[in-house]
Amino acid sequence: MRGARLVLLTSGGLVVLAVSVAVTVTIGPADIGTADVWRSVSARLGFGDNPLPPLREGIVWNLRMPRTLLAAVCGAGLALCGAVMQSLLRNPLADPFVLGVSSGASTGAVAVIVLGWGGGVVSLSAGAFVGAVLSFGMVVLLAQSLGASMDRVVLSGVAAMQLFSALTSFIVLTSADAETTRGVLFWLLGSLSGAGWADVVLCTAVLAGVLAVCLAHTTTLDAFAFGEEAAANLGVRVARARLLLLTATALLTAALVSSAGAIGFVGLVLPHAARTITGSSHTRLLPVTALSGAVFLVWVDTVARTALEPQEIPVGVVTSLIGVPAFVAVLYRARRKT
Amino acid sequence: MNDPQHAVAGRRGPAAAPGARWPTGGAAPEASVGGDLHAERVSRLIGGRLVLDGVTVTPRPGETIGLLGPNGSGKSTLLRLLAGVLAPSSGVVTLDGRPLGRTTRRTVARRVATVEQNVHTQTELTVRDVVALGRVPHRRAWTPMSAADLGAVTAALERTGLTGRADQSWHTLSGGERQRAQIARALAQEPSELLLDEPTNHLDIQHQLDLLELVTNLPVTTVIALHDLNLAAMYCDRLLMLRDGRAVAEGTPSEVLAPSLIEEVYGVRAEVATGPGYPVIRFLRRGAEQPARCAESDRPAGTEAKAAD
Repeated sequence: MRGARLVLLTSGGLVVLAVSVAVTVTIGPADIGTADVWRSVSARLGFGDNPLPPLREGIVWNLRMPRTLLAAVCGAGLALCGAVMQSLLRNPLADPFVLGVSSGASTGAVAVIVLGWGGGVVSLSAGAFVGAVLSFGMVVLLAQSLGASMDRVVLSGVAAMQLFSALTSFIVLTSADAETTRGVLFWLLGSLSGAGWADVVLCTAVLAGVLAVCLAHTTTLDAFAFGEEAAANLGVRVARARLLLLTATALLTAALVSSAGAIGFVGLVLPHAARTITGSSHTRLLPVTALSGAVFLVWVDTVARTALEPQEIPVGVVTSLIGVPAFVAVLYRARRKT
Repeated sequence: MNDPQHAVAGRRGPAAAPGARWPTGGAAPEASVGGDLHAERVSRLIGGRLVLDGVTVTPRPGETIGLLGPNGSGKSTLLRLLAGVLAPSSGVVTLDGRPLGRTTRRTVARRVATVEQNVHTQTELTVRDVVALGRVPHRRAWTPMSAADLGAVTAALERTGLTGRADQSWHTLSGGERQRAQIARALAQEPSELLLDEPTNHLDIQHQLDLLELVTNLPVTTVIALHDLNLAAMYCDRLLMLRDGRAVAEGTPSEVLAPSLIEEVYGVRAEVATGPGYPVIRFLRRGAEQPARCAESDRPAGTEAKAAD
């Protein structure tokens, strides 16, 4: 019966996601209908012989489809990272930003864009990944030397976040010209406007891998509810599980930030929303969190790119506007429980 | 009010084939009935301080051993060593003759369940969710709860009298109910050994008695750290008294709970009435030269302890 409910929730979520993608691709300044989308996609997949005119085809296939799909993948990935980190750190406010992973990734990416590190050979993604790994390594080392209790991990994350934000600002203010600054700022706020198929493929691959790792550890994550000692008493190899899952989420965050910038609050808010539907069992929580994150970001990005046409709002600004009140609500609920 | 203490059915007795729970084969326990969790001359350094110094615990299958001693005497550390979440600095803890360090955490958790002191969570959990955590060491990845898992959870809820509260939020439970839910979780692990760290803390006297009645009637070997000497005398088969990490006395309650030892270990004066059944300890007021309401006693302070030698 429990299994049936999971299947129902997951397949329902997938249907909602598919419909959301199909609908949001048609929304925008160019007048494109669902039929056009269907024609373009089926032609590309090789079972339709009625392609669109090249211009409309380009809008659907090269602009809107990758952007919408990247929104879905980023939403799913960030929400998944948030859910896993919240459980591992036993902190309802944890998400990729609290651990400083996003800040590190931003610094790495900005170093590549502005300073030209790597001489054009190193891509933005690689820079972001190196930055994410550096900041994550710093958090782990700092937390380990402080005794590795979970509040130390969170405080180390805050320290890393501050350090890497400062480094990013320093690089931008000292080295970038006005045009680059504008581009970097837009990206730092989180934006899906530059999405291409390469981003979609990379992020989807990483998401699939990390999702598989997390789904293989759902009962382990359940066991952390009463803390690390309790998890150890339930047969969990705590140090190994923590390292594996935190590394997986850091990797996923790095991939997402390198493609879409630092989109905030998705990882914080969506797991809480999902928990109200699924309860605390991670077997149900993780798939539902990922799906709801995907649907959420698909719609939020649609709002971000169309609300003030032709001006585009960075999607991170919109998620923050939604996220901050939710953040405050989570704080209130957490206060009641202590 | 639920009355869990009368449920004593031995459905899952200590004799329930430990070999079956021992898939690693090889060193199958031949002689043991039920679990054999032994600590042999274990010591543990924490932050350069010797918290535990050469303590040996060998519970017999099915019995209840009480760990006594003042704060900081090493009771909790000893329990953590027995659970295998902390490794001894020297000495060895064995489960069926095999060192815990060479047994997987999962295998240990299927045999040894621990009820920690005052655990907290911020996660929104029902009582059933909490009890279901006991199945974690038994479950495989990618598979939902099996019929056996669900059965163990139902049985554990029943045994602890929490069936009616199964769908209630953990956060709405009283202190005594939370402890009982943790015990139910431990039972869902289907252990042969149960370790409890001061489970009666912060409970009123009725709940203290209910809880110990429940625990000591379980068909498992139990090691329980206690503060209250009278409760220890009432419910434990044997006692181990610790001071500064060393075992200073071991034996039945009447053997261990002598006024001289209580004064030596806790620094308080007490009288022990050894009637039929269990010994009863009466503590004496510190400031008074002579105990109140003992007007005929003109003996100087300290003679009570001497008289008992």
